[in-house]
Formats: sequence, C-alpha cells, structure tokens
Amino acid sequence: MSGPANYRPSAGLVTLQIRARIRKQIRAFFDPRGVLEVETPVLAQAGVTDPHIDSMKSCWSKHAGDIYLQTSPEYAMKRLLAAGSGSIYQMSKVFRYGERGRHHHPEFTMLEWYRVGFDHHQLMLEVDSLVRKLLLDHLTLNPSCFWTYREVWKQTIDLDPLKSTLAQLQAFVEEQGIDISGLEDDIAGWQQLIMTHCVEPRLPQDTPVFIYDFPACQAALAKIRDEDLPVAERFELYINGMELANGFHELTDADEQRKRFQAELLKRKAMGKPEMPVDEHLLAALPFVPDCAGVALGLDRLIMLVIGAQRIDEVLSFVVDEPR
Amino acid sequence: MASYSTNEFKSGLKIMMDGDPCSIIENEFVKPGKGQAFNRVKIRNLKTGRVLEKTFKSGDSVEAADVVDTEMQYLYNDGEAWYFMHPESFEQLGADEKAMGDNLKWLKEQDMWTVTLWNGVPIATSPPNHVVLTITDTDPGVRGDTSGGGGKPATCDTGAVVRVPLFVDIGEMIKVDTRNGEYVSRVKE
Repeated sequence: MSGPANYRPSAGLVTLQIRARIRKQIRAFFDPRGVLEVETPVLAQAGVTDPHIDSMKSCWSKHAGDIYLQTSPEYAMKRLLAAGSGSIYQMSKVFRYGERGRHHHPEFTMLEWYRVGFDHHQLMLEVDSLVRKLLLDHLTLNPSCFWTYREVWKQTIDLDPLKSTLAQLQAFVEEQGIDISGLEDDIAGWQQLIMTHCVEPRLPQDTPVFIYDFPACQAALAKIRDEDLPVAERFELYINGMELANGFHELTDADEQRKRFQAELLKRKAMGKPEMPVDEHLLAALPFVPDCAGVALGLDRLIMLVIGAQRIDEVLSFVVDEPR
Repeated sequence: MASYSTNEFKSGLKIMMDGDPCSIIENEFVKPGKGQAFNRVKIRNLKTGRVLEKTFKSGDSVEAADVVDTEMQYLYNDGEAWYFMHPESFEQLGADEKAMGDNLKWLKEQDMWTVTLWNGVPIATSPPNHVVLTITDTDPGVRGDTSGGGGKPATCDTGAVVRVPLFVDIGEMIKVDTRNGEYVSRVKE
C-alpha cells in the first residue's frame, strides 16, 4: 500500500449510478434485437499468444495446471457461437498485466458482442447506434466518420500506411520530432507509434471515428481480404482521441488461426516473453463458428466520455494501489 | 548498475538519458488495444534544465541516475565555487557557477539550501522559499504610507532587486519569496 489507508471509492457515487444506468441501457438495446446475454469464465484454460498482451496467471488447485485471468472473453464466446448460440453479448471483467495509465487499469470492464451473419461494416453501424444512444444526453456528437485506415492516414498526416516502407515510416517519425528508442524493425510497431502519436491527436473532436480495413500485419483475429494490397477486416472506434472499441469480421479458418498463433509465439520468444499455451479448444471450435462479426468495447472509457473524465480512475469504484 | 523499467516510471524519478541525469516530469502510458505499448515521458535534464519529450517502448529499462536532494548550509565563496556544508556530517561541497544558475541573487551565508547531488557532486541548487535580505539602496521612504499601493525598486545586500512598498527604507530587513521574487513583509530585528 502506498499512502495512508483510505476506504473511499475512487469514483463518485453519481458516476456509479450512471454506470448502473448504462448497463441497463445496454441490456435494453440488445434484448429486442434477439442478442443473448451470456457469461463465460473469468478463469481461462489458456492465456493469449498476442505478443503485446500479457495474461495474469493463477491456479485453482495444486493438482491442476496454470489457469489465466481472461484478457478478453473472445475465445470462450467463440466456443458458444460454434455450439450454435446465435448472436451473443456479455459485460465482463478482463485483466491485463502491466497496463496502467490515464486510460488503462489492469482490471477493466469490457462489453463484447458477436453478430451472426454480420460483416464488419454492419457491425460498425450497430456500434454507432449503441454508442450514440448511450451518449445521447451527455455529448453532442457530429455525424460519425467511417474511414479506412488508409484514408485516415491520408487525411491527418498525408502518408500511405500500406505502401510506405519501414524506412519511410521511420523517416516520418524522425521528421515529426518523435524521440523513440528500442522499437524493433517491425512495421506494425512503427504503424502503431504513428497512429498513437500523430494520427489520434489529429482526429476530429466530438465525432465518432470508425477506422476500418487495417494493414494485414495488424489483422489479429480478423479475416484478411486479398486485394492488390491485402487488408484485415478489422475496425476501431475512436471518440475524442480515445480508442473505444475494436472489432473484427471474424477469422474462422482454424489452420490460418493456428499459423497466426505460432507466428505470435515466435515473436514472444524473440521479445523474451514467456511462451503461452495455444487455446486448442478455440481451434477445435473455429470450423463450427458461423460467419460473424464481433467487437469489444471498453465500458469504463465510455463512462469516461459520459461524465467527461480525464482519468479512468474517475469511473472505477476502486483502483489498484500505485507501486511505491 | 541500477535501472528502472518503464512500469516504474512516475514523476520525480531520476534516470540517465544521453549521459545526463534527468528527472521525469510527466509519464503517460499509451497502448492500442491490439499492439505495441509506449511510455511517453517529459523529462528535465538536471544539468541543463532543458525539458524534452521522449517515447519508450513499454517494458524497456533505463539506467537509474544517482541523484539526491540534500539540505545544506551555505558557507562561503572562494572565487571559483560556492561551498555548502551538510549540517550533520559537516561534509563540505563546492557548487560551480552552472549549479548556482540564476539563484545567486538569493544567496546569504548560513541559509539552508537544497543542493542536488549527482554521484555526490552538486549539479543544481535551489534557495529556501523565503529569504531575509537587507536593503542597501532605495528611494527615501514615505512615512505613514502603509497602503502598499505603488511601490518602488529596492536593491538588497545580495544584489537582488525587489519591488517594495513606499514606506520601506534603506537598512531595513525584508522577507522575500524566492519563487516569484516578491516582497512578503518587513522583518524586525
């Protein structure tokens, strides 16, 4: 513990009431649409192989192997989809090791949903109508922007993310006066640096900005569409410079998914991070997952927008103590 | 050698950057949901006072700077350095002109100053928040005018020029706030 003992909540009581109302509104949004509310375990049999997401490990019996606090309910929800659940949603706690900042807390609440038969464009429209409904009385929003990753770079920094070479991205970063050390020669990392440092601050204010069709190297669990320059059918929603949601037209090809997991594990190894077991249950389910699109939305950040908070701490009942 | 991970970054932490000791002013954790995490920091170079921005890949480590702030008493100047003494160990250390910066105008013998040491050597100094100075030159006082309105410049024994009320005279002692250079009050002996 740092500092004297303090029982007081981090968020104000009015904010906690707003949180309760938003949860109710979310249920009221999905129920008439026939989207089923589900619960999946917080304790997951496998962590994630994503080199940039670290799982917290736990155990439930000394005779059982490692178990992980879920970093996202994605894998379990896909197993439900494979079992024929139809469209589903849930609001659940997720956990990410080492993530702490103005917009980050190691434990946070995610609203995650899957729509059977949707592609990422249809899902973006649904995300837009939900977010507009929830922010209606709190923020005057301009009409939403729907831009491809390529368009948003063109609009804000006049650079082509799909055609630029690593050297060109690095030259741009230097030109912008960004002093960065230790970043590997990995094009996705440099794209993310430019996105967070140069593009995000230049996005229009009070406007939901949907960015879709990501560079294929940032596909994560999205389908890749083969064009002259292949793109991943993935989208993100930003409002006032804050990343609010990330969605995919879901990859359902188990062989391709296994390859991506293995590539991620190689990258983890190169980064000196612990190897993670691959979720075989998910891979077994994928061939049965219907064509669908899914999205994860940070509920705490949405509440931040509702009350105009600068820090996530203002919307959480309690937060972790700062390390000394 | 001691080092800090970016996860330990917070304001006030002292780190080495390009060979110079620096202090973190601001630290922001930036991370896309899927992708590389960064720490964007504002740091002050403790030798030059310059503030710069720098981005680290989260999880990287940086060398720690052995920097400590010590309360020390000012003793004397020998023409090259200004000597401060640790009140308990009686150890004396000389600070050069660069470390004194533009604080010299507040310097009085026996005052307690904060001396910033890097590897045991003074690199920066800061005066106490309040100092008592004697006025050596100012326009004659206007007796009875205690309104405080207007004011006039007064030169003090340390060379500092402070704006004082009209009723203050040569030879009087005044309390001055070193953070904004403003007159606070008269001081009776």
